[in-house]
Parts: sequence; C-alpha cells; structure tokens
Amino acid sequence: MPRRVVITGMGVVAPNGVGLPAFRTALRLGKSGIRQQPILEQLQFSCRIGGKPELDDVLMASYLTPLELRNFDSSGILYGLMAAVDAWKDAGLPMAGEENPDWDSGAIFGCGSSGVDKFRSSIYKIDALQTRSLGSTVVAQTMSSGISAYIGGKLGLGNQVSTNSSACTTGTESILMAYERIRSGKAIRMVAGSTSDSGPYIWAGFDAMRVCTFKHNDEPERGSRPMSASASGFVPGSGAGALVLETLESAVARGAKIYAEVVGGHINSGGQRGSGTMTAPNSEAVQRCIREAVLDAGISADAIDLISGHLTATTKDVTELENWVTALGRSGKKFPYINSLKSMVGHCLSAAGSIECVAAVLQLHEGFIAPNLNCEDLHPGIAALVDPEMIPRQLISRPVRVVAKASFGFGDVNACIIFKNHQPV
Amino acid sequence: MTIARQEMINQLKLIVDAYTENKTALEQINEQTDFIKDLNINSANLVDIVLDVEQAFDIEIDNTSMERMLTVGASIAVIEEKLAAKKPD
Repeated sequence: MPRRVVITGMGVVAPNGVGLPAFRTALRLGKSGIRQQPILEQLQFSCRIGGKPELDDVLMASYLTPLELRNFDSSGILYGLMAAVDAWKDAGLPMAGEENPDWDSGAIFGCGSSGVDKFRSSIYKIDALQTRSLGSTVVAQTMSSGISAYIGGKLGLGNQVSTNSSACTTGTESILMAYERIRSGKAIRMVAGSTSDSGPYIWAGFDAMRVCTFKHNDEPERGSRPMSASASGFVPGSGAGALVLETLESAVARGAKIYAEVVGGHINSGGQRGSGTMTAPNSEAVQRCIREAVLDAGISADAIDLISGHLTATTKDVTELENWVTALGRSGKKFPYINSLKSMVGHCLSAAGSIECVAAVLQLHEGFIAPNLNCEDLHPGIAALVDPEMIPRQLISRPVRVVAKASFGFGDVNACIIFKNHQPV
Repeated sequence: MTIARQEMINQLKLIVDAYTENKTALEQINEQTDFIKDLNINSANLVDIVLDVEQAFDIEIDNTSMERMLTVGASIAVIEEKLAAKKPD
C-alpha cells in the first residue's frame, strides 16, 4: 500500500520576499520583486532587469558559520540552504545531533548549475597559474550536488541526499522525486526543492538567445507579463523554494501542521520530436503529462480549482493555455483559475518550480488566489480559450481544494504535480 | 622556548581560530598540538591554513613541506625553514 505524503514545512527565498511570512504577504498583495540590475547595464545586456532576493550579511550569518562564509561565493547554495533550513524548522523538526544522522530523512534538491560566480573567479586564478591557492571549497561550491550536500550536512540527513537537474522543470521534479521516495516507503521525510544562482553569468545565455524582454528596462515592475498581448520575453529571476514532504502517518504522529497533501503527478519528455525541440515543448507530451498527473492523483479534471502555470511571458503562453484546455477538457467559464507567479518574480529558472510550488501550496492552505500582474491586456488568443475572469488580476479569497502545478524545461521535459487540501480526519 | 617561537605559536593560534570550534583546546595550544586530533579541524581545511600561513609570513610552502604541517611544532619548523631560505644572508 503506497504511503500518503503530506507537506509539513516550507521555506522560500524569492525576489519579492525572503522567508515564508514576507513571501506570503507579497503573494497576496501582488508585490513585484523585479528591479533594475545595474550590473546588467554595465555588461551591456539587452534585458537589464531581473529578480534577485534581497539579503544582508546578518541574515546570511544566521545560516552559515564564519568559516563557511570564508571565500563563499555561491548565491544558489546560499538561497537553497536558507529555504531548506527554514522549511525544516517550519516543520518543527530538529537538526540531527552531533553523532548520528537521521536515517529516515533525506533531500532531493535541484539546481541548473552551481556556484557560477565561484567557478568564474576560480577560472581566473587557474589561468593565472594560481591553482595551488584556490582553497578547499571550490569543489563543494561548484559541484552540481553542492546544494544537497550543504543541506544534508546542516540537517544531518542520513537518507538519500541528491541533486536533480532538468532545466526549468527542476523544482517541480524534485518534489515529485521526493514524493515517490516516500510513497514507496524508502524514506519517511524528504526536503525537496530547488535553487538558482543570481546574476549575469547565469542569465547571459538567455539574454544572448533574445528570449528575455528588453522592452521594459525603465519600468522593471511591468516587465514580467505572462499571458499579456504585449509579453515580449521573460525576466530572469533567481532564488530558492523548499518543502518538507513526509508520510501522513509521521506528520499525524508528530502533531505537525499539514499544509497540503501531494496526491500525484507525472514527469515526462516530448523527446524533441513533433513540435518539441531543445527549447520548445512538444504539446502532445505536455498534454499527456497533465493527463497522467490527474490520473495518478485519482481525481477528476473538474476537481482542479487552480492552475499554477509555467507561463513565462513568451509567445508560448498561448500554447500552454491550449494544452491545459485540451488536457483537462475544460475551457471558457469552466476553466479553473490560473495564475503565474512569474509576473511577480520573473522566471527563476531552476528555482522556478519549487518557488511556485510554495506559492501554490500557500494559496491552497490559506484559501486565496494570488493576482496576476501585467496582463491587463490579456492575449486575445488566451481570451478566446478561457473566460478572462479565470485569470484574476486582483486577490480572490475563496477555498481552494486542488491545485495543479506544471513546469516545462529546455530539453523538452515536463512535470506536473497535484496538491490537495488536507482535511483533518 | 624562545620569544620568537612563542610569537609564532600566537600567530598560528590566530590563523587556526577560524577553522576550529574547539576553543578550549585552542587555548591550550602548544608545539605538540595536532590540528586534526586535538583541534578537530576538518582535514580539507589544512590547505586553507597553509595558504593563510603563506600570506601571514610572506613565504611559499611547497607540497612536500605542506604534508608535514600536521602539528603546531611541525608547522613552525617549516615556517622557520622557509623564512631562513628567504633571507639573503
């Protein structure tokens, strides 16, 4: 009998709010975290706005020791570690003692790449024949699994401790992988989530592809425009989201607060066949992913109250809506509410899925639907499919029973997860 | 013990402080102190200590000498050698 899996803790480091309380408020108010990034202007990027969590030294020092902070230059590891530790504490869980790890708890925490700033400064040193003086932490900060390694060490995790990576699907995938591990009885609880470094060296490749908007450099908060007729590319973001998943049995036994139940999901790929390419999704695969997730969750497509879309603010937003309409067999007034957190934080890349899952679960748990920013000029292709009322621009307070969250990534990969409101038995 | 040696121990103590949580043992630091066994320093950090020593004493420590630097006494011996080699007279 597969175990039931619930969410008992969350942590988030987002451009519009660091820490769950600040993020929750920002989400309700529709607060944008997109700002001008002077470094992007200096480096002559086309897109000179971005989403970057605001941190200070005091806050950093409460997560990393002075020794760990020496020569530390990996923003992604910092964000991920903060989110994971916050989620763990939010779940009311203790750090493992000095001697023994917690064999029943693990982590699946993803990233796209790790420590790009550390890697950059190391490369300059290596080329200056200074390899001998790189210091001891280059590997830990730049290995892909750096983030899960830092988290595992802080929390004393003794179960699987791995990093997953699947481009912009990474965060949603990490939660599904953790869910599967608990569901199959191999762990009692897992910290799941994902992170992404900030800054030009992560964002440059996208700027070079001209997929980021360059039309809103003077009005950053209006730059990220999912579902808008004037959407002209995504705004790069960064940060981390973390969720503690655990067996229902363990959560109840501990008397833990339960945010939601993970009832199912699906991960697939379009194989870069049909309409799918390295950078564009195969719509058939997307629809299949959503349908399989609904099936796996054992719910009816009509039960979904809210969709937390991928919706990056490119021309693909219309295609995404078409795929949801087809996969769920719902359109017009019968379509669920849909929103895109990216309108507030931009596209947080490998961190997007996990930050958006935190937002989705907050909406479910607290009974509200967050506003969409910057879609006052709804794309006509979307208005033709879905009643504009289902794309709220103001906060709506109402019960939310089931949320579907999907993420799509380069490599033609997809993930869809279904969260359900947990009713105390 | 010469004043110079005690001074060197004090300088090492300052450097090593960043790498050890065991402040009680650090207070007792002497030539016999073993960085890993007595101060519970992570072995990966020995290389960072050597880099800090290089900077503090303005010397360069080769890999073979570095391997010997497991205790305070051995480290002082290496530092003295490198300082002596540096002096033109």
